[in-house]
Amino acid sequence: MSSVPINHPAHAIEWHLPDKRRVGMSALIAGESAIFAIFVVAYLFYIGKNFTGPTPRQVLEVPIVGTICLLSSSLTIWRAEKAIEEERMAGFTLWLAATITLAAVFLTDTAFEWKKLIYQDRLTISTNLFGTTFYSLVGLHATHVVVGLFLLTATFILSLFGWVDSRQSERFGAIALYWHFVDAVWVAVFTVVYLIGR
Amino acid sequence: MSDYTLPASSVIEAGAFASESGTVLERLHGWVVTVDHKRLGILYILYSTFFLLVAGAEALLIRLQLAFPHNSVLSAQVFNRFFTMHGTTMVFLVGMPFLFGFANYIVPLQIGARDMAFPRLNAFSFWLTAFGGFLLYYSFLGGAGLYGMGNAPDVGWFAYAPLTARSFSPGHATDYWALALIVSGFGTLGTAINIIATIISMRCKGMTLMRMPLFTWLLLVVSMLTLVTITPLTAAQFMLLIDRYLGGHFFDTQAGGSSLIWIHFFWIFGHPEVYVLVLPAFAIANEIIPVFCRKAIFGYPAMVAASVCIMFVSLSVWAHHMFTVGMTSVSNAFFTLSTMLVGVPTGIKIFNWIATLWGGRIRFTTPMLFCIGFLFQFLVAGLTGIMLSVSPWDWQLHNSYFVIAHFHYVLVGAIVFCIFAAIYYWYPKATGRLMDEKLGKWHFWLFVIGFHITFDTMHFLGLLGMPRSIYTYQPDRGWSFLNLVVSIGGLIQGIAVLIFAYNFVVSYWRGKVAGDDPWDAWTLEWATSSPPPVYNFEELPVVHSRRPLWDLKHPDDPDWEYES
Amino acid sequence: MQMAPIRRLICLCGASAWLFRTTSALGQNSSPTTLAPASTSAHQIFDLSIFVVAVTGGIFFVVGGLLAIALFRFRVRKTDPAGEPAQIYGSTQIELAWTVIPLLIVVVLFLTTARIIFAIQDAPKPKTALDVTVIGHQFWWEFRYPKYGVVTANELHIPVSSGSAPQATFLKLTSADVNHSFWVPRLAGKTDLIPNHVNSMWMDPQKPGLYLGQCAQFCGSQHALMLLRVYVEAPEQFATWIKNQQQPALQDPVVAAGRRVFETQACMNCHAISGTAATGRFGPDLTHLISRGTLASGAMDNTPANLRQWIQAPDTFKHGALMPAMQLNDQQLDEVTAYLETLK
Repeated sequence: MSSVPINHPAHAIEWHLPDKRRVGMSALIAGESAIFAIFVVAYLFYIGKNFTGPTPRQVLEVPIVGTICLLSSSLTIWRAEKAIEEERMAGFTLWLAATITLAAVFLTDTAFEWKKLIYQDRLTISTNLFGTTFYSLVGLHATHVVVGLFLLTATFILSLFGWVDSRQSERFGAIALYWHFVDAVWVAVFTVVYLIGR
Repeated sequence: MSDYTLPASSVIEAGAFASESGTVLERLHGWVVTVDHKRLGILYILYSTFFLLVAGAEALLIRLQLAFPHNSVLSAQVFNRFFTMHGTTMVFLVGMPFLFGFANYIVPLQIGARDMAFPRLNAFSFWLTAFGGFLLYYSFLGGAGLYGMGNAPDVGWFAYAPLTARSFSPGHATDYWALALIVSGFGTLGTAINIIATIISMRCKGMTLMRMPLFTWLLLVVSMLTLVTITPLTAAQFMLLIDRYLGGHFFDTQAGGSSLIWIHFFWIFGHPEVYVLVLPAFAIANEIIPVFCRKAIFGYPAMVAASVCIMFVSLSVWAHHMFTVGMTSVSNAFFTLSTMLVGVPTGIKIFNWIATLWGGRIRFTTPMLFCIGFLFQFLVAGLTGIMLSVSPWDWQLHNSYFVIAHFHYVLVGAIVFCIFAAIYYWYPKATGRLMDEKLGKWHFWLFVIGFHITFDTMHFLGLLGMPRSIYTYQPDRGWSFLNLVVSIGGLIQGIAVLIFAYNFVVSYWRGKVAGDDPWDAWTLEWATSSPPPVYNFEELPVVHSRRPLWDLKHPDDPDWEYES
Repeated sequence: MQMAPIRRLICLCGASAWLFRTTSALGQNSSPTTLAPASTSAHQIFDLSIFVVAVTGGIFFVVGGLLAIALFRFRVRKTDPAGEPAQIYGSTQIELAWTVIPLLIVVVLFLTTARIIFAIQDAPKPKTALDVTVIGHQFWWEFRYPKYGVVTANELHIPVSSGSAPQATFLKLTSADVNHSFWVPRLAGKTDLIPNHVNSMWMDPQKPGLYLGQCAQFCGSQHALMLLRVYVEAPEQFATWIKNQQQPALQDPVVAAGRRVFETQACMNCHAISGTAATGRFGPDLTHLISRGTLASGAMDNTPANLRQWIQAPDTFKHGALMPAMQLNDQQLDEVTAYLETLK
């Protein structure tokens, strides 16, 4: 359409739309939140309804270390975001490494917790309602952490090669948004499983 | 046809399509690897048309079996597979892909963009959906062999637990159902994300949200709704698979699990899903009705508000599918109220459409005829919906043929009618040729007559106590004659659809050349050639009102002077 | 083109009147129609539905009429002036009006409906109510009368309720396997049978007779043949029936051979016959099998030939029923059928 009347005052308007990557990631987060919500509802619904043991109170230990690490990783990734926006790439790589380390600690903590639950307490996904809902919900979250870890590690490796700079800040912003979401979900899961459900 | 020509059309070169030339294999390859939203849109539409014919054939066989009591055209097992596959196919492999296919084709054009926000995600989502459909139909092979219809799902399209548990559904039928829908569900999610990002972030200059065409607005609402609609189903299906394969107990009533929680989760998906299906039908009507009565849509801001309202309220009505499961009287009353309330913004839209027609100059072209059918039928469907929302009456009507009549009135009478309207309307844009009007009218009249013979009658079968999902019925129930009538109407619809399929295919080569703007319409897709070049627009447009082409055609009386 | 609105209206009225007459006429026998209510709750639902049809019918005629008029009046004509018609973008007053009026209609409809919801669901249970427990199975109905110690299958007998002697039957519903739904349209709305969950409903039929219904929640391959027969009887008839059901099974020495077949061929694993060693609960109780009008929850008439065929090959009648073909030879079939035929 090349023959649009040019005299309209709106022709010289500022035209800024939100970045498509952030919008897309936000939309994905909305959808994922709905999936988590369903698993959370199932968990809450089945609290106390087991026909057989073990019960949460008997076997669950609050994963303090893992939680602190995961929640701090939100801070570190925020620092990384700031660094890449301001083209401080060395800082970016360091903060990214910190985030990855904290996430790895969280996953390791979860792994040890599950090892204890499975081998010591004999709690598996098929043991009872608690087992089913616990491993599904926490496992779904852990899967999302793994995916995030994969994205972060890929970015880290690329930045080691020097291929990342401030032009990728919007892309990294989308990943960071995902990471914050994963942390927020952990707050919800932690509250439901270790505080309400025990 | 307008005698006003836009400059863009003359500049389209022969090489606007990269793979127009080349061997058959090269051209086919071009379609397989494409990330162009127009090609993907066409692929979605061809895919859904194929499954429309398949699921339609399933329906005709179902009606053949039910035309007479104690009939033996289909055995119980085969019938149960057919009605499950008919429903599952129509919702997931016809309805959703058609509507997302139109979205894919039309939305970037209407907002003056060159493509969707994430073209590769777009292609990936299509192929996921396609694979999901392939997986679902692969289920016909294996199991007890083709004449027993293999392993095709046979648990109803809503797959209630614990019927779907390993103990009651041994074999893989249920697994095919869950896996195919999980896969295609991810495809749907990808497309929804893509549409949202495209609409929010890629509108051309001057196109504020309140200047978007209503088609685009409604698809934004639909995509947002889809995000929280399809995902509960995916979650529930994961839970089902955990139960079936990892020994989980989500729906295992023997271990304290609950059948009710599946029902809740399914309908938390299932109800908004029908709004995901019907809102694009409104979107289509919003485009076609104004053009063929030559007036702007009446009450654009109200139409937007009503759509957003529907999106929110539709999330609160799901348990009207569950009035008979034994909820408390207070819960039943709540869901009765919320369901009646969601009828208000929906009804308002009908009033807006009538007000649009009022004072216009109505041209009864084929797309308009289908929209008129939609208006009458959606009115009736909405009213039978109100009847069903009255929970005591629903205690009689639930799971009867009255419900089947109601939802087919919406799915066929509203949605399929609008899909046909959309095809006749946008076919010239996508192919450069008009579909034949005479065949179109034959299609319309035969289809509308067959539709009413089938679905008007079906309401009475429900009132007479005939439940759904039964492969046969007793001759002493008084249902025999009406069932025969219903089946005959189905045959007539089948013939009409065949006429449509013929028109659809032959017009590609023999249709009248359309030009850029055969309908004298007002939105941006008509400002470029038919079909558009790969890059959509020579120059990205700048708009100042809701009907940019109206402004161009009426420079003395542009829309921006009237819009608030 | 479009039919003139008046002709369309007349056709519609005529067609619906004919259909309504035909369909309600069908309700004169035991046909399971919702349009011939025979109990309090069915009546309440029917009356409510008439009101709803009146309201929605009114809306249909007004809105549909306006639509038809618009299509007729504003069709394009050769005599139209050149150019486009006047563009009307909206009208706040009109739009407000058509938002408020539907909301008012919703309020009226909702309040009317809520009254009936509470009247039916929260109806107090009278002291004289008869208790029946219904347990759904694939693909048959188990009925227990706890107060009388009676267990039977597929055919429910309940006493009639009259103005002078009101008698309600309160049902408790649950399932032994998957979801089912109890629907006898002339007597009540349907209520689902859900495993690990107990629902309740009530009926007070006002006219004796046989009322038909069937399972209304898809429950597997033979959902279509999970039929219901409810015999509503005068109090004396009902008392006689209960008395008979309470008796243990007849012990006729003539059919001792058949009884031995029954006890040795694994029938007892699933079926119970009171007064014998058979106490299986997976299949229907057979103590008074011959007192029923049909076999296999309504799939076929209760005749010796059908019974014999059923035992030999259930798939003949109900392919997918959970009773296996018992692989009996002809002599065993004759004997066990003769035995079962004595279980009146």
